[in-house]
Amino acid sequence: MLGQIFQITLLNLRNLPSRLGSSSVIVVGIGGVVTVLVAILAMAAGFSATLNRAGAPDRAIVLRGGSSSAELSSTIDLQRSQYVATLDGVRLASGELYTVTDIPKRATLLPSNVVIRGVEQSAFEVRPELRIVEGRNFTTGRNELIAGRGASAQFLGIDLGATVELRQSEWTVVGIFESGGSAYESELWADLATAQSAFRRFSLISSMRVLLEGPGAIESVRGEFENNPAVDLSITSEEEFFRNQSEFLTTLITGFGYGVALIMAVGAMFAALNTMYAAVSIRTVEIATLRALGFGSAPVVISVLVESVALALIGGLLGAAVAWFGFNGYTVSTLNQGSFSQVAFDFAVSPDILITGIIWALTLGLAGGLFPALQAARMPITRALRGD
Amino acid sequence: MSIIQLNQVSRHFTKGRQKVEVLSDLDLEIEEGDFLALMGPSGSGKTTLLNLIGGLDQPTAGSVEVAGRQLVGLSSRKLAQWRSRNIGFIFQFYNLLPILSARRNVELPLLLTRLGGRQRRRNADVALAIVGLADRAGHKPGELSGGQQQRVAIARAIVADPRILVCDEPTGDLDRETADEILDLLELLNREHGKTIIMVTHDPKAATHARRTLHLDKGSLVREAA
Repeated sequence: MLGQIFQITLLNLRNLPSRLGSSSVIVVGIGGVVTVLVAILAMAAGFSATLNRAGAPDRAIVLRGGSSSAELSSTIDLQRSQYVATLDGVRLASGELYTVTDIPKRATLLPSNVVIRGVEQSAFEVRPELRIVEGRNFTTGRNELIAGRGASAQFLGIDLGATVELRQSEWTVVGIFESGGSAYESELWADLATAQSAFRRFSLISSMRVLLEGPGAIESVRGEFENNPAVDLSITSEEEFFRNQSEFLTTLITGFGYGVALIMAVGAMFAALNTMYAAVSIRTVEIATLRALGFGSAPVVISVLVESVALALIGGLLGAAVAWFGFNGYTVSTLNQGSFSQVAFDFAVSPDILITGIIWALTLGLAGGLFPALQAARMPITRALRGD
Repeated sequence: MSIIQLNQVSRHFTKGRQKVEVLSDLDLEIEEGDFLALMGPSGSGKTTLLNLIGGLDQPTAGSVEVAGRQLVGLSSRKLAQWRSRNIGFIFQFYNLLPILSARRNVELPLLLTRLGGRQRRRNADVALAIVGLADRAGHKPGELSGGQQQRVAIARAIVADPRILVCDEPTGDLDRETADEILDLLELLNREHGKTIIMVTHDPKAATHARRTLHLDKGSLVREAA
């Protein structure tokens, strides 16, 4: 039986060059589905990874109670920030001003929200992964900015040495920083006091990044806040904070990706069905002759399926390759609903996503080949020999 | 000794609500080593009878015993196995696989045996030599004439050494001269190699190559000519 399957399959595959045109319909159709699916899943994965990369297990974010997911709407005064810095379990605290401004995107020239984060030196100590890769750090008291690598790539005029107008004053970009590809790379950072003055948020900060003594310390700080409701503060681990921010958009993009891929898959499956019916139809007499000679029905079914799956696999691999070379590492930015600001991120075509794409391709190939295969095997030999 | 025995064989087909009786209560006995021509007008049931003998079809009623095996009731898998060992098919339009060389076409029935690749090729070359095409083994069907293609088909039919050759209008697509060559070859296979041959033909001249001729009309045997 295995020998028969092998021989008939080999015959089918050797026949493929004579049906190059019709066979390419399956390859292109399924390749298109895989490209779109992989690209969209890579977009969701890239966005999610960018936000999740910003989180560290021993780092937490303190916000005004009721603003647990948005730094923009949170306000903390000096008294409260000093109180947080002295709590047991807090090793280091960084008070930060978080605000947004409009800067045109390089790609569309349309204004988009960009985060301006006012920080002190402690912000760099709390985030040891952050390093300046070009230029230098801003000088305290001066209208100077350092820009994340993503912000520099995505927004017009955010170049080293360039001058940007923010709130009727000129700011100079003096450095470019990286932070392991995290969401911070989509931000512009400035000296806290200078930013507070420019944005008229005197003595106020939006949030605090705290470096904890250990992962368990967060419960101790949370307990302090709960025992002292007057301070009206909340603490969330940075990992959870960014996971919550990415969840909505990641789910939306993933759902959209599967939706689009499903619609395309229906089309590709009909194309595969059509092609394989045509392939079987062209070879009706040939298949009937083999069956008359003594080849069984099962090898015929399996050989047609193998051909369909082989074509689908070629399509899937091509689609995955297009997605890999065309989109992996491709940088875009989108509005993060959680922070109301643009986040620059790279499409991340991971092995898992590629495998998902290939599984889709194989499933489509199987589905597209099954009915033509059964038809080929079930047709009475005497009728098929006449080419009916 | 009879190699083919049909008793009270009927075969009808259903077209919509209409029942079309193709063969009715047919009895037939064919001795081993016979060369039988089946003649009759279109629709008389010649090919249906040939398909029943070749194990490609099953009767609606009656029994079909061929090469010592009762074919009625056999599963399609068992029938396929049986055909591969006992029947060689020769079709009007040769039914060769166009992408395969003559040798590879002839080798096809041997893929169902336990023979190794080298032995299969050797046997295929012997069969091609018997039909006079040893020098065309590497040619594809498209590179051969109609007569040569039918010779390749005959080589394919005999390569597994079946006892019975079933031929459906084997010269129907050939000119007179080539047809005579093919018929001479069939005669040789019958005479020298002992093959039992059942041949459907419209051509009275082709039938003269057979040892005897049966005439069918409306699903029944009407007369026999020696």
